[in-house]
Amino acid sequence: MERIPILKMGEYLLVTIQVDMHDRLALTLQDDLTTQIVKHRSRGVLIDISTLEMVDSFIGRMLGSIASMARLLDAETVVVGMQPSVAITLVELGLSLQGIRTALDVEKGMVTLKSSITESTQDGDTSPEF
Amino acid sequence: MAILVLNSESMPIRTSEDIVHVRQAVRKSAVSLGFGLVDQTKIVTASSELARNTLDHGGGGTAQIEVVRNDTRSGVRLVFEDQGPGIANIDQALTDGYTSSNGMGLGLGGAKRLSHEFDISSKPGSGTRVSILRWK
Repeated sequence: MERIPILKMGEYLLVTIQVDMHDRLALTLQDDLTTQIVKHRSRGVLIDISTLEMVDSFIGRMLGSIASMARLLDAETVVVGMQPSVAITLVELGLSLQGIRTALDVEKGMVTLKSSITESTQDGDTSPEF
Repeated sequence: MAILVLNSESMPIRTSEDIVHVRQAVRKSAVSLGFGLVDQTKIVTASSELARNTLDHGGGGTAQIEVVRNDTRSGVRLVFEDQGPGIANIDQALTDGYTSSNGMGLGLGGAKRLSHEFDISSKPGSGTRVSILRWK
C-alpha cells in the first residue's frame, strides 16, 4: 500500500508530504504517525508541506487531527513551508488552522519544536529533587 | 453575455483518487489559460471541495471541466453532478460550519467564496448539480 514515509530523528519525527494526497493516504498518515509517536516515544512532529500546491478542508482537518492526537500523546506538532498561495486560499476557504503551530521552513520549525518541548518539560517537572 | 465553451472534459468521481485526478485536470486547464498561482490554487481547491461533496454526499458522479470565454475574458467553469439524495435545504448547506457528514462544513460555502460565479440546483431524491466559474 502507498504510504508517506516518516523519518525518525532523535526524539522527533519528520514527514515531508510530496505527493498530491488522496483522502485514504491522508488517513493512513494520521494512523502511522500516532503509532510511530508511541513506538519511538517521540516528543515532536515536523510536517513539511512546502511542495503541497493545495490544502483543502480535508487536508486541513487532517493536519489539525494530527496535532491534537500528537498533543494527547505528549508530542508537539509544527507544520512548515506552507506556500503563500496556499495560505491565501485557506483563509478565503474559511480555514484558519487554529491549534496548529506553523513555521516558515524546516529550520525554524525545529527551533519552535525544541523550545516548546523544553518549556513543557520545565512546566511539567514539579517533582522534588533529592 | 453569451459564454462560449472552448474545451470540455468530463471525468468520473468514484473514488478518492478521482478527486486527485480532478484537481490535476483543473490545474492543467487553469495553467493553459495563464492563471496566476493564487488563482490556480483557488480554483483547484474549490474543485477539491466540490469533488469530495460529489463523492461523499452524492455517492459519486461526474465533473465537467470547461475552458470558456465571453466577449471580454476567459475562465474555467466546473460542473459537478451526482444522482445522490440531494440537498433539502440549500441555504443551510451553504452555511459555514454546517455539515451532514464528518467534514468541517466548509465545502459549499468555501467553494463559493473561491469562485466568481456559483450556481447550485438540487432536489431531495434527484441529485445535485453545482457549477462554478472563475475568470482569469
